[in-house]
Amino acid sequence: MTTAAQAPTPDAAGYFGPWGGRYVPETLVPALEELEHAFMRLRDDQSFQGELTRLLRHYAGRPTALYEARRLQAELGGARIWLKREDLAHTGAHKINNALGQALLAVRSGKRRVIAETGAGQHGVATATVCAMFGLECVVYMGEEDVHRQALNVVRMRMLGAEVVPVTSGSQTLKDAINEALRDWVTHVETTFYLFGSATGPHPYPLIVREFQKVIGIEARAQMFEQTGNLPHTVVACVNGGSNAIGIFHPFVDDPVGLVGVEAGGTGPAETAATLEAGSPGILHGAISYLLQDEDGQIAPTHSIAAGLDYPGVGPEHAHLRDSGRAAYVSVTDEQALEALQTLARLEGIIPALESAHAVAHTMELAPTLPADASILVNLSGRGDKDMDTVVGALGAMG
Amino acid sequence: MSRIPAAFRDAAADSRLVIAPYVALGYPDMPTSVALARAYLDSGADMLELGVPFSDPIADGPTIQRATQRALAEGATVAGCIEAAAAIRASTGAPLVLMGYANPFMKWGYEDLARDLHGAGVDGLIVPDLLPDDNDDLASACNAHGLNVISLLAPTTPSERIGRVAERGSGFLYCVSLTGVTGRRQDLQTGLTAFLQRVGEASTLPRAVGFGVSTPAHVGALCGQAEAAIMASALIDIFDAAPPSQAVSRAAAHVGAMVDAARCR
Repeated sequence: MTTAAQAPTPDAAGYFGPWGGRYVPETLVPALEELEHAFMRLRDDQSFQGELTRLLRHYAGRPTALYEARRLQAELGGARIWLKREDLAHTGAHKINNALGQALLAVRSGKRRVIAETGAGQHGVATATVCAMFGLECVVYMGEEDVHRQALNVVRMRMLGAEVVPVTSGSQTLKDAINEALRDWVTHVETTFYLFGSATGPHPYPLIVREFQKVIGIEARAQMFEQTGNLPHTVVACVNGGSNAIGIFHPFVDDPVGLVGVEAGGTGPAETAATLEAGSPGILHGAISYLLQDEDGQIAPTHSIAAGLDYPGVGPEHAHLRDSGRAAYVSVTDEQALEALQTLARLEGIIPALESAHAVAHTMELAPTLPADASILVNLSGRGDKDMDTVVGALGAMG
Repeated sequence: MSRIPAAFRDAAADSRLVIAPYVALGYPDMPTSVALARAYLDSGADMLELGVPFSDPIADGPTIQRATQRALAEGATVAGCIEAAAAIRASTGAPLVLMGYANPFMKWGYEDLARDLHGAGVDGLIVPDLLPDDNDDLASACNAHGLNVISLLAPTTPSERIGRVAERGSGFLYCVSLTGVTGRRQDLQTGLTAFLQRVGEASTLPRAVGFGVSTPAHVGALCGQAEAAIMASALIDIFDAAPPSQAVSRAAAHVGAMVDAARCR
């Protein structure tokens, strides 16, 4: 299997096929070029990699466990189900992998002020955490609506010493937080490092985020061999910007393994955040990719019960993996995700984040259709503590 | 044929700067924004920058964000903006430049956009999130219809990049006066003189300074350093602060004061 999808990196201008690139104001070009050069130099630097490996192991708690969900598979029948337990990483989600890597880049680049955007708050918490640990100033932009629905994470970020700036423009969610973070960066570009959390944005961010998240897939691939002697039949992960998905997919791209990204279908086609399913090509936040937009090219309102999945775009590498057929993308509804969260909690004693519950929900559909000797590897990207208010509210509303 | 080069030649012959106010099309509604554009021309503006609203304007500060969000809420569309440009064109020979973010233009289709803008009498296009490095499709469509694609330069642009960016654009160079987003400012950024000098050394295209140009004194200070001044947020702030019946005339009077300040001798 040698298709363009297996190219190890985007091209020199940051394109994965036709997707990606660098669509930003001129002011940011030198900073992005500097970031690209710093990353390219340090990714092969032994002292940098040694420091990152030390922190991932002793600070973030890697490698995370690979757990066979036996009660879940007994309930569903069919394939064996393996959970890659990113919920057990420090701060409760995969976001710490990228935050540690980029914060180390910031330190090595001499930038002492870090800004970040956050939706569900997991990337904001991870960023605030690593900034505290490195002694960096930290400002996190968060949509006002997300500030309310993820209140626990706001408290955590402030406890960690970060300044959380509520964003009241536009839809007051992640996309508006990114707008405001980009405006901050344009204004303070010479002193500030933008610690971007998702596998989208202008080149080199989709590449950097993938490279810092691929540790998930590298570990899981070795753990699957160790525990089953085989590759999984299919790898399943939730996708919005797509950082946890690209992290677990990437090391399997050259293997005969199915890759399935699960988007947030919201309440149905009228209220969705499933960009690859319902979107069309467009330019937002520095990249050309698929977008949820209206006929006039204005960015459309999105909906998902998972605050970390309701961004109207998707990472360019996912657009490319979909176009080339190397990965498939499906969606599940709010209701399916809620049911999956409860099922996993009751059968396995694991409360997943609502985002990760989307991957579990698709796995519950897929497992019964596969033979008993097949394995599904699910990226359990985060834990659900932050979502308890939302879940209780939604269950109450459903009666 | 673009009307932009002639406007710069005429202004240079009179030793004055080209004054190019920005109009947020559709704000507070489309007819008022068209009336505002005409009032700016009556006050002596040489060129107009016509803003097409976008839901996610990352290069803009609060004033233009608010104006363009309101325009969208009032139902402004790309089609409506092109019609408004045609209506403004019907009563002026001044160059008209459309300014907007890439996505609505991409959605319209670059080929169709270039044809429709040419048909509406628009002379050029400014797209702040489309770098010359990534705008081949738009540039070739615009070139085929005689439209200028204006390149932007920032104080952070390294000298060796200025020449490359300038080469890929035409009409004039939009020199962003500061490291930041649009908005009214007290003073022009220190270092602006050196930046404009670097641009002048790298290209023969006229230099238009925008972002933060707020007062006649700012305009006067650009004499000898640039060939044009673009003003936006300060005009919207004046428009918003005035009683509705006087909003258009007060903003236009400010443009008139800028025009006076632009006579460099």
